[in-house]
Amino acid sequence: MKFDTIVDLIREGSSVLDLGCGDCTLLRRLAEEKGVLGRGVDREDHMIQECIKKGVSVFHGDLDEGLKDHPTGSYDYVVLSRTLQMVHRPAFLLTEMVRVGRKAIVSFPNFAHVVNRLQLGILGRMPVNRHIPYQWYDTPNIHFFTYRDFRVLCEDLGIAITRSAFFRGDKSIRPLAPNLRATDVCCLIEPV
Amino acid sequence: MGVYPVRSPSGIVPEHDFALTGDDTPFHLEGGRTLANVNVRYETYGNLNDDRSNAILVLHAFSGDAHAAGLHHPDDPTAGWWDLMIGPGRALDTNRYFVISSNVLGSCSGTTGPSSTDPDTGQRYAMRFPFVTIGDMVRLQHQLVTHLGIERLFAVVGGSMGGMQALDWAVRYPHAMERVVLLATTAQLSAQAIAFNEVGRNAIMSDPLWENGDYYDGPVPARGLAVARMIGHITYLSSESMRMKFGRRLQRGDAFAFDANDQFAVESYLAYQGEKFVDRFDANSYIYLSRAMDYFDLSVRYPHLEGAFAATRAAFLIISYSSDWLFTTAQSKEIVYALARAGRDVSYTEIDSPYGHDAFLLEHEIQSELVARFLASPRVYRGQHNEI
Repeated sequence: MKFDTIVDLIREGSSVLDLGCGDCTLLRRLAEEKGVLGRGVDREDHMIQECIKKGVSVFHGDLDEGLKDHPTGSYDYVVLSRTLQMVHRPAFLLTEMVRVGRKAIVSFPNFAHVVNRLQLGILGRMPVNRHIPYQWYDTPNIHFFTYRDFRVLCEDLGIAITRSAFFRGDKSIRPLAPNLRATDVCCLIEPV
Repeated sequence: MGVYPVRSPSGIVPEHDFALTGDDTPFHLEGGRTLANVNVRYETYGNLNDDRSNAILVLHAFSGDAHAAGLHHPDDPTAGWWDLMIGPGRALDTNRYFVISSNVLGSCSGTTGPSSTDPDTGQRYAMRFPFVTIGDMVRLQHQLVTHLGIERLFAVVGGSMGGMQALDWAVRYPHAMERVVLLATTAQLSAQAIAFNEVGRNAIMSDPLWENGDYYDGPVPARGLAVARMIGHITYLSSESMRMKFGRRLQRGDAFAFDANDQFAVESYLAYQGEKFVDRFDANSYIYLSRAMDYFDLSVRYPHLEGAFAATRAAFLIISYSSDWLFTTAQSKEIVYALARAGRDVSYTEIDSPYGHDAFLLEHEIQSELVARFLASPRVYRGQHNEI
């Protein structure tokens, strides 16, 4: 999945907090293409250095601590790209995201993708493939979940999924049996 | 110690003096009093460009001086206090930037302070010197910058008490700089930090040689000042850095003699730091400058810190150090999030370091990377361009 979908979802001239912003490629694009007022959060020193070099506002921070210093409704969007499966308290972080952002955009790998199902269900091994390239013992992904799981969690948390986009690798696919066919999902969410 | 001459890429640098004259005198202080004569000792490194847009003002910490880089004499045992950060090819690259460093008001290294002579009496001011604030220091620096023909600085950079000055600059003169770098600083001292300052002042004032500050014609209150510095040094280090540097080692021998000559390595270090300090610092300045830090509170004129920052226009880089317990990460974060809430362009990182508060003078490698990149970066934060 590329950032195109996220860029498309974000309104011109809005404010964006990008959690786990990495080298701030997304924020740079948003600033250039959408005039976005952006800020990143990351915990890796070399990523922070990269963002500072590129002139993007960035904070050193750990997402497991939540967003307690950010006031409610202080950004138009809070973005979390392929990171939800890595944090200790994903439900807490989702709640925090829709508190601090008026809307939030979450992308995540769908563990129920057919290749994963075959590797686990038929071969009896934890999935390792192009889309989930880690062995179970050295993966940063500590919570595996599926698109359906995500929908159930959002319902439980009182969060509405207003748009969803599905991908196989970088390629966008139609919403046909997405929980089986999509390797990645990107959702626009907001409080109900 | 210090018998080997050092080299500095900045080479030999001259000292300059700027005396306030004419309409600029007397200099009015925040406390209500005035100073008839004020001198500012300063140094500059690099060259001011044609459109005067490359100047960086460096603001020194509590015991610092104007001599931030280079040498005064080829045989100097040490270079300026931030020689590792300032110079050709360094983070504050003097091939690109024109760096200005001045001694603060109330200090004792060339700028007017309690050890200066009061023109009205012909005597040293001593404790008759008016109490000064961080804001007073900043307004005097602004006069110097104006005198140098600079309307808008490219950046102001400061650590610790220097960071307080940089914060005050950003709020007081929002259009006078493009960028601000704050290292290991705070918008207000904690009660604990004020307490340590007070113990330092007490050590000086209870030295019989202090004589209510009028010691300039006789021996100085060296014991009191040395003890104050020893206390200060404990707050600049961390438990971890002391353990690494000294542990429980003895200065001489391997076993206790169980007499008054037993000395742990850490004691010897503190004693050395205390004695060294007495040679270069004035006890009354210690009282005045520590008090100026105690007074500093950026939020005092506003309901919230973010109110203070609403007027700022600069882009900020803020760095804290994980083991700094004097000016903590939490205090830096207060500044960071207040700036964020005020919608400012701010970047923040905590450097993982065992060196305590002193880290801002020691972690120059990673700090150089961050500061150099920040200064050279384009700023893409939209809020910036909209409001200038």
